[in-house]
Amino acid sequence: MRKKLLNGPYLAWMLIFAILPLFIVVWYALTAEIGGERSFSAGSLARVFEPIYLRVLWRSLKLAAVSTLLCFFFGYPVALILTSRQFKRRTILVVLIVLPMWMNFLARTYAWLTLLEKNGVINSVLSFLHLPALSILYTDAAVVLGMVYNFLPFMILPIYSVLYKIDHSLIEAAEDLGATPLVTFRRVIFPQSLAGALSGVIMVFMPAMTTFVIPRLLGGGQYTLIGNLIEQQFLTTYDWGFGSALSLFLMALLLVTGALLMRSRGDGEGGLW
Amino acid sequence: MVRRVSSRVYLALVFLFLYAPIAVLMIFSFNSARSRGVWGGFTLDWYAQLFRDRQIMSSLYYTIACAVLASVFATVLGTVAAIGLSGMRGLPRALTAQLVYLPMINPDIVMGLSLMLLFISIKIPLGFLSMLLAHITFCLPFVILSVLPKLKQTQAELYDAALDLGATPLVAYGKVIIPQIRPGIITGFLLAFTMSIDDFVVSFFTTGNGVTNVAITIYAMARRGMNPKINALLTIMFAGVIFLLFIANRRTADAKTRR
Amino acid sequence: MARAEEIIRLKDICMDYGGGLILDKLNLYILKNEFITLLGPSGCGKTTTLRIIGGFEQQTSGDILFEGKSISHLPPFARKVNTVFQHYALFSHMNVYENVAFGLRIKKLPETEITRKVGEVLELMNLPGFEKREIESLSGGQRQRVAIARAVVNEPQVLLLDEPLGALDLKLRKEMQIELKNIQKGLGITFVFVTHDQEEALTMSDTIVVMRDGLVQQIGTPIDIYNEPKNEFVAGFIGESNIMDGVMYADYHVSFAGRSFECVDKGFTPDEDIDVVVRPEDIKLVPADSGMLRGVVTSVIFKGVHYEMMVKVGEREWMLHNTLMEPVGREIGLDIYPDDIHVMKKRKT
Repeated sequence: MRKKLLNGPYLAWMLIFAILPLFIVVWYALTAEIGGERSFSAGSLARVFEPIYLRVLWRSLKLAAVSTLLCFFFGYPVALILTSRQFKRRTILVVLIVLPMWMNFLARTYAWLTLLEKNGVINSVLSFLHLPALSILYTDAAVVLGMVYNFLPFMILPIYSVLYKIDHSLIEAAEDLGATPLVTFRRVIFPQSLAGALSGVIMVFMPAMTTFVIPRLLGGGQYTLIGNLIEQQFLTTYDWGFGSALSLFLMALLLVTGALLMRSRGDGEGGLW
Repeated sequence: MVRRVSSRVYLALVFLFLYAPIAVLMIFSFNSARSRGVWGGFTLDWYAQLFRDRQIMSSLYYTIACAVLASVFATVLGTVAAIGLSGMRGLPRALTAQLVYLPMINPDIVMGLSLMLLFISIKIPLGFLSMLLAHITFCLPFVILSVLPKLKQTQAELYDAALDLGATPLVAYGKVIIPQIRPGIITGFLLAFTMSIDDFVVSFFTTGNGVTNVAITIYAMARRGMNPKINALLTIMFAGVIFLLFIANRRTADAKTRR
Repeated sequence: MARAEEIIRLKDICMDYGGGLILDKLNLYILKNEFITLLGPSGCGKTTTLRIIGGFEQQTSGDILFEGKSISHLPPFARKVNTVFQHYALFSHMNVYENVAFGLRIKKLPETEITRKVGEVLELMNLPGFEKREIESLSGGQRQRVAIARAVVNEPQVLLLDEPLGALDLKLRKEMQIELKNIQKGLGITFVFVTHDQEEALTMSDTIVVMRDGLVQQIGTPIDIYNEPKNEFVAGFIGESNIMDGVMYADYHVSFAGRSFECVDKGFTPDEDIDVVVRPEDIKLVPADSGMLRGVVTSVIFKGVHYEMMVKVGEREWMLHNTLMEPVGREIGLDIYPDDIHVMKKRKT
């Protein structure tokens, strides 16, 4: 059939609006403006490795990793509890986990401003209870909090969907063979849920690594992660070459991380890579 | 027993963590005091002011216009692409399938800035059109990935059967295949719509000339300080989304009971 | 049978998906009003042949004639044949009436005409009053009938059926076999039926085409095919058989199983190696001392009407069907009459 011709418009679209832009980024990253014309130069890429920028990168990696770990530690038990059979209306609970995602991402971040501010809700409550005020706004802690809050469902859902699919007879078989609940969890449930956990890790780490909104709003104006650095190059300092080089580096980093994580999963499932 | 209670308490705490900020945000849209920490009494003033704020109203208009146009266009283009993809075999299919994921795995900041560079290079002025084109691009995978599984479920025999009964390929698609994959198309459309409404990063890079969407407006206002009008706007929008979800859920529930 | 008129002819049809020939110079003619069955194991090309006739696949080379005119270039919707698909391919978003009316709607018949025709065909299919039913609410057998109704309402001259009974349970399948045959006679049109079930083919067909690896093995009436299989493959595929190597040492004389037998075949080259087929029900049970062959019963299974016994003769196990049972371990004699020995040329390998 000539069915595949139907793909023409889509392929053309993707070529123009997905592939071509990436090539433009590569082009800007590999050239520099000399005397009004752009010519080949490795200058922008070299700048990425200057200590000051490597520090920003290191800080971004650290915060994203901490957020991912926290999401895992808080999210895994949630997924586990949701799969247990004590709830009749489990679907509603799962929907409730997803529901906050339907509120604008920016709104969710903005909401924490209300809570964390010096005169915000949390401090009002604390002072009412005669407790010392909390001042974490515009610190690393606030940024991590914002990331965990925004991306926690990304961790819970994939783990839940894998746990949900584990054949219950496996658990019964383990118990039948004399395993205590803890052993059953460690030997049967946890290893099987790792695939979901890895998807969760990727789904949290990637946006945490690239966001510039959370550090800007909750970290304050002077606060810089790699996302902010890139944004500044394009919208403030107009150094598109350096911005492109940074983006290219960030993409390569994420691609490698993602590929390594997916490989460690080992089953080649998922089709993303 | 202890395990049951403690797991329920834990779950309750997580829900508190997830919903408290949203609840506070909504409550403060009715707060007559401008300050965030203090409750000054109930008021609907902010809602009234909201509708008089030209900046917010215009960004709301652009958000909705962009979401409607982008999701409709992405649904049409994506559905046709999914049908085409289902007819491909071998390497071309594998390559196209990878291409489908590209906008999803590409970090949104990279997508935003690369599209901005594209629009500047090909001399499309940054504004509503450029934002719309960008939105269509990131909406496409959601439509294709919703439609493809439905196409896979639809037997190839159905298309043959329609042709066998005298339908031309176009009629076979219109009367048989499209109705069969309709649930996937609707899901794809709704996903595309919400993705477009929700987007900040890509819009932030690809718009210009005073065209902003709600997310950009919130960002600008939040950097200048709080404004309860934003709380009012977000409350309305969240209520709207909940309402849409409720309707969608009712639809699928109806479809199930009819069987 | 009087010489019937030809309706479809396949000429040197070859089909190659790029991974080897699926059909290898297939030649076949189909007569008006006959029930013809394409029979063979999966992968033999029978479904491909049907799909080429329907127009869903384009043959790599060769031609299809419909009433003497080539239809190779016509798309499915322009061919005067209709198909009943393996999984019925009913449109689940339409009710029974809309499904059956689909082809008529496309022909833009007036609604009153459509209503009348749909009513008639549902009556014929034993589905009166089913118009408003949803497809999901129908049983397998009912879906089957709707699928046939949807095809025959268009009054095709040829109906193609692709393993339509495969999804039904055994009892329903037996009923539908008889019903399909009656429908075919009642409508007076050609049925081209595809199946891998030899019993189904024997029950319903006027003509059976046995296929293997894209090649026609034998074409004939069910009785011909059963009684005079042309080669060892057909014999093995149709019914259960004892097939063994033999030598035709002279006309009417064949040797196998260590002795010589009289038979009814002639015209082979002297001492030609051949295959011998003996049907299990054609072997006579006699006392051990008076039989042509002598063996020991090794197993007995009760099959309802008869017993199936395995008898070891020399190194080889023979299968016997008989209404009387001999216990395991008993020594018995076997007789085979000339009529029951089928001699076939060896397949060239």
